[in-house]
Amino acid sequence: MTITEDRPSDAATPEIGRSRARKEDQRLITGRTRWTDNIQLPGMLHLAMVRSPFAHATVTAINTDEARKAPGVVGVITGADIKDVQGAVANAWPLNGEQKTPNHLPVVVDHVACAGEIVAVVAARTAAEARDAAELVDVDYDELPAVLDLKEAVKDEVLAHPDLGTNTSAVWTLDSAAQGSGTDVEDEIAAARSDGVVIEREFRQQRLIPAFMEPRSTVCDPTGEQMTVWSSTQVPHILRFLVAATTGIPESKVRIIAPDVGGGFGGKLQTTPEEFATIAVARRLGKPCKYTETRSESLLSGHHGRDQWQKLTLSARKDGTVTGLKVELLADLGAYVGVVGGGVPVLGAWMFNSIYKFAAYHFTVRTLLTNKTWVDAYRGAGRPEATFAIERMMDELAAELGRDPLEVREQNWITHGEFPFTTVAGMTYDSGNYEAATAKAKELFGYDELRAEQKHRRESNDPVQLGIGISTFTEMCGLAPSRILGALNYGAGGWESASIRMLATGKVEVLTGVSPHGQGHETAWSQIVADRLGVPFEDVEVLHGDTQISSKGMDTYGSRSLVVGAEAVVRAADKVIEKAKVVAAHLLEASVDDIEFTGGRFGVKGTDKGVTMPEVALATWTGHNLPDGVEPSLDADATFDPDNFSFPHGTHLCAMEVDTETGATTMRKYVCVDDIGNIINPLIVEGQVHGGLVQGIAQALWEGAEYDDQGTLVTGSFVDYTLPTSADTISFVTDHTTSPSTYTTLGTKGVGEAGAIASTPAVVNAIVDAVRAFGVDDILMPCTPERVWKAIQKGRSVPGEGERDAQPHFDEGVPNQDPGAATEGSQA
Amino acid sequence: MTRINMTVDGVSYSDEVEPRTLLVQYLRESLGKTGTVIGCDTSNCGACTVHLDGTSVKSCNVLAVQADGHEVTTIEGLATDGELHPVQQAFHECHALQCGYCTPGMIMQACDVLKNNPDPSEQEIREGLEGNLCRCTGYHNIVKAVQQAAGAMSSASSASSASAQAVSS
Repeated sequence: MTITEDRPSDAATPEIGRSRARKEDQRLITGRTRWTDNIQLPGMLHLAMVRSPFAHATVTAINTDEARKAPGVVGVITGADIKDVQGAVANAWPLNGEQKTPNHLPVVVDHVACAGEIVAVVAARTAAEARDAAELVDVDYDELPAVLDLKEAVKDEVLAHPDLGTNTSAVWTLDSAAQGSGTDVEDEIAAARSDGVVIEREFRQQRLIPAFMEPRSTVCDPTGEQMTVWSSTQVPHILRFLVAATTGIPESKVRIIAPDVGGGFGGKLQTTPEEFATIAVARRLGKPCKYTETRSESLLSGHHGRDQWQKLTLSARKDGTVTGLKVELLADLGAYVGVVGGGVPVLGAWMFNSIYKFAAYHFTVRTLLTNKTWVDAYRGAGRPEATFAIERMMDELAAELGRDPLEVREQNWITHGEFPFTTVAGMTYDSGNYEAATAKAKELFGYDELRAEQKHRRESNDPVQLGIGISTFTEMCGLAPSRILGALNYGAGGWESASIRMLATGKVEVLTGVSPHGQGHETAWSQIVADRLGVPFEDVEVLHGDTQISSKGMDTYGSRSLVVGAEAVVRAADKVIEKAKVVAAHLLEASVDDIEFTGGRFGVKGTDKGVTMPEVALATWTGHNLPDGVEPSLDADATFDPDNFSFPHGTHLCAMEVDTETGATTMRKYVCVDDIGNIINPLIVEGQVHGGLVQGIAQALWEGAEYDDQGTLVTGSFVDYTLPTSADTISFVTDHTTSPSTYTTLGTKGVGEAGAIASTPAVVNAIVDAVRAFGVDDILMPCTPERVWKAIQKGRSVPGEGERDAQPHFDEGVPNQDPGAATEGSQA
Repeated sequence: MTRINMTVDGVSYSDEVEPRTLLVQYLRESLGKTGTVIGCDTSNCGACTVHLDGTSVKSCNVLAVQADGHEVTTIEGLATDGELHPVQQAFHECHALQCGYCTPGMIMQACDVLKNNPDPSEQEIREGLEGNLCRCTGYHNIVKAVQQAAGAMSSASSASSASAQAVSS
C-alpha cells in the first residue's frame, strides 16, 4: 500500500519550488502513527492528576488512604513526597534582574496559584483505575482571595503570590529617544495635539487557548541506564536541558523523544508540570509511567496565549504623515512566568511600529501575575498583538482623516527602494516590497469594485452592510541571533544544528535539530538536500525529535525551522561536498581545483570524466583507495547562528458582511499576498497560510478563554471554547510576491505564523468599517453578533457624522483607561 | 464484565469488557487499533470517527457493548488490496493534513459524506464535516480533497458501470 506519486523524481527539475506532496502523509492517512499515547511498555503504569478546583488556596491536608486502597493503585504521590526531586518549571527569559518570578513547582507542596494545579498524582495499572482513584483523594484547602482581572492586579490590593508583595513581575521599556533610534515621542504627541492629529485607543487582546488537536502526553521509562522520556512536545532538546538543570539528573542520563506530535502552535513549547510529575513518579516507583491529559485538562492546564490591554497613542501631521507612536501594555502572565513568559509581549516591542516610518516610538510593558492559567507563546507570540494594534490604529487614523486606509498606509510605509531600513525601534529590515504585495492583493480582491459596492449599500441603507479590512503586516521571524538573545537576558542561544550522514548505498540521512509537529520538514528538507547534493528526493531521510539521534538543537517555534534550521542543513551539505571533492579528485586522478560539482556529479573541468555522489560515498565507505590522511567519512555537522531576524510581510484584505439588524457577520472574501522570501514547497506554504488565517480569524470572531469571578475557567471544554469548524470558514485566495532574505543561502523568511499574525486586524477592521457609519470605532474581540449588535445600538445614539464631540483623550499619567468604554460597553 | 463479539477491519474479536468501556477505548487499548485517536471528552472534535456497519460514528460516543455483533471499520482498514481509498489519496495530494491528528476521523467522516452525497457542493462538504475539528489546515485543503475524491470516485464508478454494461451487452 503506497502513495501513487504522479510526479516522479526528475533530475532536470530543481526540487526547490516544487509542490511536492508530503513524505509524512503515508503513515498519517493510514493510521500507522506514533502518538505518545499510543506507546505501551511492559509493566507500564498509568497516571491521573488530582487538580485544585480553587484559583488561590493553601493546601492544608491531603488524605490518600482511600485512593491507595482502590483496585489497581500502585502509588499516590503528593508534592511533599517528591519536593526535593521533582525539579521546576523554568522561566528562560527574565526581562531584567528585578523580575519577580514565583517558584513554579510541578506538583504543588502547599500553595495553589491557579485552578488546575496538580496537588497529587495517582499511579495505577490502567488509566481508568487511576482516574477512579484520583476521585478518592481528599484534599483540604484554605481558600485565599484571588486576583483575576488585569486592571485589578495593577492595584496590588489582592496578590496572586502574597509572598512577592506585588503582582507586577517586571516593567520593560524601549524608547527611541533613549536608545538613539528616533526622536522623543512625547514631543511628537505634544506637537500633534496643537497642530496635527492624535489618535488614542485602548484595545483588548483577549486570552486564547492554543488548542492543538493532540492532547499532551508523556511516557517516562526510568528502567534503562539512560532514562527515556517520550513527550508530545515542540522542544525535546530544551526539555532535556531543563530536566537536567532543575532535577539534578545528569543531562547524559536523559533521552527525550518527541514522536509524532499533533500540533503545537506554541502550546507545546513549555516544559510542563505534567512532564516533570510523570518523570518524578516513574523514578520513584521504578516503573514506566504514562500520563495523557483529557481535553478539559488540556484547556485548563496547558498554557494560554495573548491576554493584554493595549493603550496606544498615535500622532500624525494633518497631511497624514505619522510622527509618533506610544504603546503601554499590561500583559497577564497568569499564575507563573512561563518558559518565554514576559518575553512574549517583549517580542512585540519591535513590531508595533511595523512597516511605517515613525519618527518617535515608545514601548512599555508591565507584566502581571494573576490567579489564572499561565500565559506563554501562542502562534505569533507578541507579534499578533502588535500587528493588531498598529493595523487597527492605521484604520482609525484614516477614518479621522476621512481618507482611504490603504492610501494612508502607503503614504507612511517604507518604500521598496529604502531597504535595508533601520526602523525607529532599532531593527534593520533587510528586504521587502510592500507596494508589490499590495498591488497584487488589490487586484485579486477586486478592491475598487468592493469599495463601490460598499458605497452603494451605504447609500441605499442596505440592512446588510459591507466592510473592507486591511492588514499590511510585517513580522520578525527566524528566532534568533544568539547575541541579541543574550543582550535581552534570554537564557539560551538561537542557533540551529544539522548533520548529514552519507550512507554506503548512496542514501542520505539528515539529522535536524528542529522538531516538527505538522509542518512537513521531512519533505521540505529532502527537497533542499536533494538539490544541494544532487541525489533523488526519495533517497533523503530526515531524522529529528530524538535527543539520541539529533543530539543538538533548539527545536521548533517562532517561524525558525526553515530560516535557521534548514540553513544549518545547507551548510552541512556544503561540507559534505567539500569532503567528497577531495575523494573524487583522487578517484579521477585530478587536482581538487579542477573538480566541479553539478547535478550530483563530480566532473573534471574540460573533460567528460566524472563520478557521482553515490560512487564517492561507496568508495569512501570501503576506504580502499583514499588519499593519504583523509578519513573514510563524508559525514558533516554544521551549526548556524543567524546574524539577523527575517522580516516576512504581506497585504491581507478581508470583506465582511454585517447584518446591522442582528449583528451577524459573514466573511465574503479573503485575499492575502504574502512575501515570505523564496519558497521551497508552495503546497506546504499554502497550508501554513490557510491554517494561520483561520487561527487569526478565530481570534477576531469566535475564541476567548473566559473565567468566572471565582477563577474557574468556564470555557473548559470544546463545547464552550469554540474552535471554528469547516462550516464557519470559507476558502481563501492566497498568493505571493518574493523579496528573498539577504541573510541566508536559501533566501527564505518563514511562514508558520504569518496568517495568524495578519488576519485578526483585517477581520476586525472590516467589521468596524462596515458599521463605522453608525458611530462605531471599536468592537471587543471576539466580535460576536451580540457585541456587534450592541455596538451598533450604542453607536446609533451618537450624533451624525460631523456633529460628534471631539474624541476623548487619555488623562496624562493615569494607567490604562479606555476612552471608548462609555460607548462600547465593557464586556471583558 | 460483559462478553462482546465484533468484527473490526475484517477480523473477528471476542472479548470481556467493562460495560462502561467506550468503543474508542476498546479499539485502542484492547485491539491496539491506535490509528483511531481521542481528541476531546465532549464528542466535539470527531478525531475518533469510525464506521459502524458502514455509517460514521464518533467512537467516543458509543459504548463497546453497543457495537456487540456489529462490524467496525477504522482508518487502518480503509485501504483495500494494497490500494489507498480515494479519500486517503486525495488528502495526500491536496495537502489536506498537517499534524495528522484529526486526519483519521476526518477521512472516515469524508467517506460518509460522499457515501450519502456523491456529488456535494462546497457548502455541503463544509456542513458534512462540521463535527470534525482541525486546528492546522483551516479546512481549505480538506474541502478541496473531498471535492477531488468525489470526482475520482464518480469517474471510477462510471468507468466500472460502463465496463459492466460492456460485459452484459
